[in-house]
Amino acid sequence: MDRVNTKVLAVLIALAALLWIVPHSGSFVVLLTTRAMAFAILAMSTDLLLGFTGLPSLGQAAYFGVGAYLTAVLATKMQFGLGWDFWIVVVLGFLIGAALAAVFGLFAIRATGVYFLMITLALGQCVWGLAYRWNSLTGGDNGINMTSRPNFGIDLSNETNFFYLVFGFFAASMLAMYVLVRSPFGRSLTGIREREVRMQILGYNTWLHKYIVFVIAGGFGGLAGVLWAQTNGHVSPETVVLTTSVDALLMVVLGGAGTLVGGAVGAAIVFGLREYLSTIVPWWQYALGGVYVLAILYLPDGLMSIPARIRQVRSGAGAKRAVIAPEKMASKIS
Amino acid sequence: MNAQFWLIQAFNGISYGALLFLIGSGLSLIFGVMRIVNLAHGSYFLLGGYIALSVIGATGSWALSLPVAAAAVAVIGLLMERVFLRPLGFDPLRQVLLTVGFAYLFQQAALDIWGGNNMDINPPDALQQSVVVGGIYVPLYRLFMIAMALAIGFGLWLVMEKTRLGAAVRATVDDPQMARGVGIDTNRISMMIFALGAFLAALGGVIGGGFLGVYPGLDFEMLPLAFAVVIIGGMGSLGGAAIGALAVGLADNFGKALFPEVSYFTLYAPMVLILAIKPTGLFGRD
Repeated sequence: MDRVNTKVLAVLIALAALLWIVPHSGSFVVLLTTRAMAFAILAMSTDLLLGFTGLPSLGQAAYFGVGAYLTAVLATKMQFGLGWDFWIVVVLGFLIGAALAAVFGLFAIRATGVYFLMITLALGQCVWGLAYRWNSLTGGDNGINMTSRPNFGIDLSNETNFFYLVFGFFAASMLAMYVLVRSPFGRSLTGIREREVRMQILGYNTWLHKYIVFVIAGGFGGLAGVLWAQTNGHVSPETVVLTTSVDALLMVVLGGAGTLVGGAVGAAIVFGLREYLSTIVPWWQYALGGVYVLAILYLPDGLMSIPARIRQVRSGAGAKRAVIAPEKMASKIS
Repeated sequence: MNAQFWLIQAFNGISYGALLFLIGSGLSLIFGVMRIVNLAHGSYFLLGGYIALSVIGATGSWALSLPVAAAAVAVIGLLMERVFLRPLGFDPLRQVLLTVGFAYLFQQAALDIWGGNNMDINPPDALQQSVVVGGIYVPLYRLFMIAMALAIGFGLWLVMEKTRLGAAVRATVDDPQMARGVGIDTNRISMMIFALGAFLAALGGVIGGGFLGVYPGLDFEMLPLAFAVVIIGGMGSLGGAAIGALAVGLADNFGKALFPEVSYFTLYAPMVLILAIKPTGLFGRD
């Protein structure tokens, strides 16, 4: 069996284990995992941009936010999305995220490297500003409280049912993104990451490729937002704030950019530290900040690169390189 | 809405711009010299305010707290650059992420040391009064902010334009490789600029503490504003930072007064447009 199949198998086993173990654990673990999985969709969408296309986005919270606000506004102002129509909200959430990204992409895609980072930051702040100030729609600083979760025969207020739902979306999103990056289109994205000029010379419309993946990532961000709103039952400017985008980016780098699974692993670790450790010790944020700093200093390819590193050490000098060489990333982001 | 309204808002905007100049100019210089997007810059602002509170608590002297807090934060910035950022070499993404990691660490440290309450830095009584100019009450403190920004801006300009050191910094901004080639120690320049940026941001934090207060979350509130200043003005340009700060200060004040529901949008949307049209900012060097 070659290496790719081994990896896919490992991920499948991990997912099956998650599906089997978590519902039998305490309600706290169920809730924690649900939150981490909803956020992991956002992290993986960030990885589509950062890891596979070489676009460091600091504004993914914008799409997450519109998805979440859409859900909350529809539920509280129009009583929409509380039954079967929840599935319509899911589709709408994906579409609104994609639509927003389609607009933002027109401004952002031309920029590269640090400038891309800053323009996405600014775009994210535009959405945050509206969420924070547009009181009549968003409830301003207080945000919007949602009273109950949808019930369509299956009552999502039950945390275990809701866990299965989010798990389904999480696994489906991961599969969809995996298919995407393994497709010829995904390969051309990797080509753009490695050397955009060469792809242009080969006749690829690199702007369009980047634009399309930007829109797709926005869609998944919107979907993650819908699930996030239902998970928390509360949407506030905190959902759209700069640190949400930063967290998504850090999770990807922590887990390993360009691996998809890395984003999920990063989300699991961050949520684990933030929500589990915070109940035990008061200094949890030092642990989180410390993990970030150490990972960036010593594990530039993220946690997912550890197996490759071990192989490298075992097989000595002629070993294969890790999934993404850091200097290649750097060459894109200068 | 009469002339008085416009005058008061304009004055408030300009004085707020003065504060933004302090935090924005350092960020701009750091970006210009090192191409680092320093996401810990808001933390310097916050730490400056907190350290000043401690100094005031210990000595009772507000005047003393200004230099002490700024110098302390400058040392923090210097260490961060020397110990953590430099070993990464030229790798902007990792550098950016590292600064965020530090921003989170500073946030927690500030919360542990100074607690989660909103605090105010009380300037001396002499500065808390108002003078009446043309029928408008003008708080002296805001005048002081403007004067301070002018003095610092002038000082920076003198150093940058008239000294050998300033020429070395400008050379590093324009072409680091050439600068190294002619014997400029760009590593030393980077370290100094980073410390200077932290110094200015912390100074802003102390001065800003007089009317914004000092509270958890202020760091990530000021950070995007500082970026708006840098982007509108142009990265690595002092004059640009001054104009950017003024523009953001005025846009922020008038936006909040005239169309409160979209006030932040009117602030960040121009930033997007400028970045899309001229990525290096209005007055940035290409």
